[in-house]
Amino acid sequence: MEPILEIKNLNYIYSVGTPFEHKALDNVSFSVQRGEFIGIIGHTGSGKSTLMQQLNGLLKPTSGSVVLDGKDIWSEKALTRQARFRVGLVFQYPEYQLFEETVYKDIAFGPKNMGLEEKEIDRRVREAAGFVGLTEAQLEVSPFDLSGGQKRRVAIAGVIAMEPEVLILDEPTAGLDPVGRAEILGNIQAYRQAKNATIMMVSHSMEDVARLTDRLLVMNGSKLAMDGTPAEVFCHAEELTAMGLNIPQVTQVFLCLKKLGLDVENVYTIDQAVSALKRIRGGERHA
Amino acid sequence: MLKDITLGQYFPGHSPIHRMDPRTKLILLVVYILTLFLAQSWLSYGLMLLVLITVICISQIPFKAILRGMKPLVMILVFTGILNLFFTKEGPTILKIWKLTITLGGLTRAVMMMARILMLITGTFLLTYTTSPIALTDGLESLMGPLKKLHVPVHELSMMMCIALRFIPTLIEETDKIMSAQKARGADFETGSLIDRAKALVPILVPLFISAFRRADELATAMECRCYQGGEGRTKMKLLHYRRVDFSAFAAGAVMVAAVLLLRQMGL
Repeated sequence: MEPILEIKNLNYIYSVGTPFEHKALDNVSFSVQRGEFIGIIGHTGSGKSTLMQQLNGLLKPTSGSVVLDGKDIWSEKALTRQARFRVGLVFQYPEYQLFEETVYKDIAFGPKNMGLEEKEIDRRVREAAGFVGLTEAQLEVSPFDLSGGQKRRVAIAGVIAMEPEVLILDEPTAGLDPVGRAEILGNIQAYRQAKNATIMMVSHSMEDVARLTDRLLVMNGSKLAMDGTPAEVFCHAEELTAMGLNIPQVTQVFLCLKKLGLDVENVYTIDQAVSALKRIRGGERHA
Repeated sequence: MLKDITLGQYFPGHSPIHRMDPRTKLILLVVYILTLFLAQSWLSYGLMLLVLITVICISQIPFKAILRGMKPLVMILVFTGILNLFFTKEGPTILKIWKLTITLGGLTRAVMMMARILMLITGTFLLTYTTSPIALTDGLESLMGPLKKLHVPVHELSMMMCIALRFIPTLIEETDKIMSAQKARGADFETGSLIDRAKALVPILVPLFISAFRRADELATAMECRCYQGGEGRTKMKLLHYRRVDFSAFAAGAVMVAAVLLLRQMGL
């Protein structure tokens, strides 16, 4: 199948020709299939945020190309603008970008910029609000009267309303309590299932990415260090630790069990751990 | 784009100019500017330029950095030049185009005015390039100390200035972030009529103001948590001292003023 996004030999250098010159992306290549849920992990300053801003044409690569649905997004001006809508980008702490008088108007900002009809905008706003669990009544209040978690959901709805085929989120759960985090992650899943959308999520929670994603990209020192399923990536516990990253706690526990001589396979989610333990107990009963 | 603004930026370094007491630099800057207005002849202008170049060399600030800071001021310079060029009617006429005449006096005046503004601004840049904002406000506070007797809130003013300077880079960064976020939602700041462009600023300005107020509130709380009560009875970690380098600088400044005054007396 034709990949939705293809990143080829991407390089990006900040502040070229000044003393502050800094290479943020170093020859990064990968491709993304429709409907994939990809997690991006990496230490602070490893180039994750820069990479995300390349994917929707906010930053122009120093060299290399970003191909969206078979076309280089920098080959034509109209394509660059289109990329902004087809690849939705939710920044870190997106609630700080809210500015309208009502939640409804703020969510409608993106669709309006797309030049859609009034009716279509209305449908999209209501649908996006539905995805993030906002009520009809909340659409008419000022976004500044909402709680932190609700503001965040309004901001995410603002991007979802553009109905992007690829939704990229930079730490969407940062600074939220466990309930708020679970809600936001649920909202993202709901959008993905309803639209068969591709999701790319930057996260520092290894538990979240292990549980939710199909594939992990590991960024380290401006390079793409690993690319594989969570199972493949979390096998390399030592390398990840050397990059300042971690593996899920349950994986750590099972690695210790293995060292103690227990015959268990590698697990990386709670569900897997439970079934692995059940299997062991079952085995003992039979013996 | 926004990050290119260097006005008021500090270039850390260890040159004698960097090590000078901020008060010395402030006083000498004022003296330098006043002397610039006393200078009348090309010779005295040359002398002032020489002083400036010497200071730049000692400070080890790259000329490029100073030139970059000049960019936003090109318009003012051109405007001053043109006004002086066409509206001074002195001496013989050099050129006449339609109703505009350029006289020799006008040309001299225009070049001198531009040189004066350039040197004035470069001098000010040198101060901010070689002095950290905190040292600068410390120096100002100390110099304005006598005004306390007249119930001028000197400490509060300098603290306000210090905070304002401290938050310029933060707000620039914040603006950049908000702009990216709104662009990701399809906002367009580059095309359209003037009114369209002004309207396009609303999605940036509203979040920026909100965040500025939030930051101010957080900062106030943090300051109160550390029992900040203003200047009364507050001691400083870094006390200001005049050292040898300062006395040398004052001496050099005095010589410069004397030389310009002498040239003026001699009518040169």
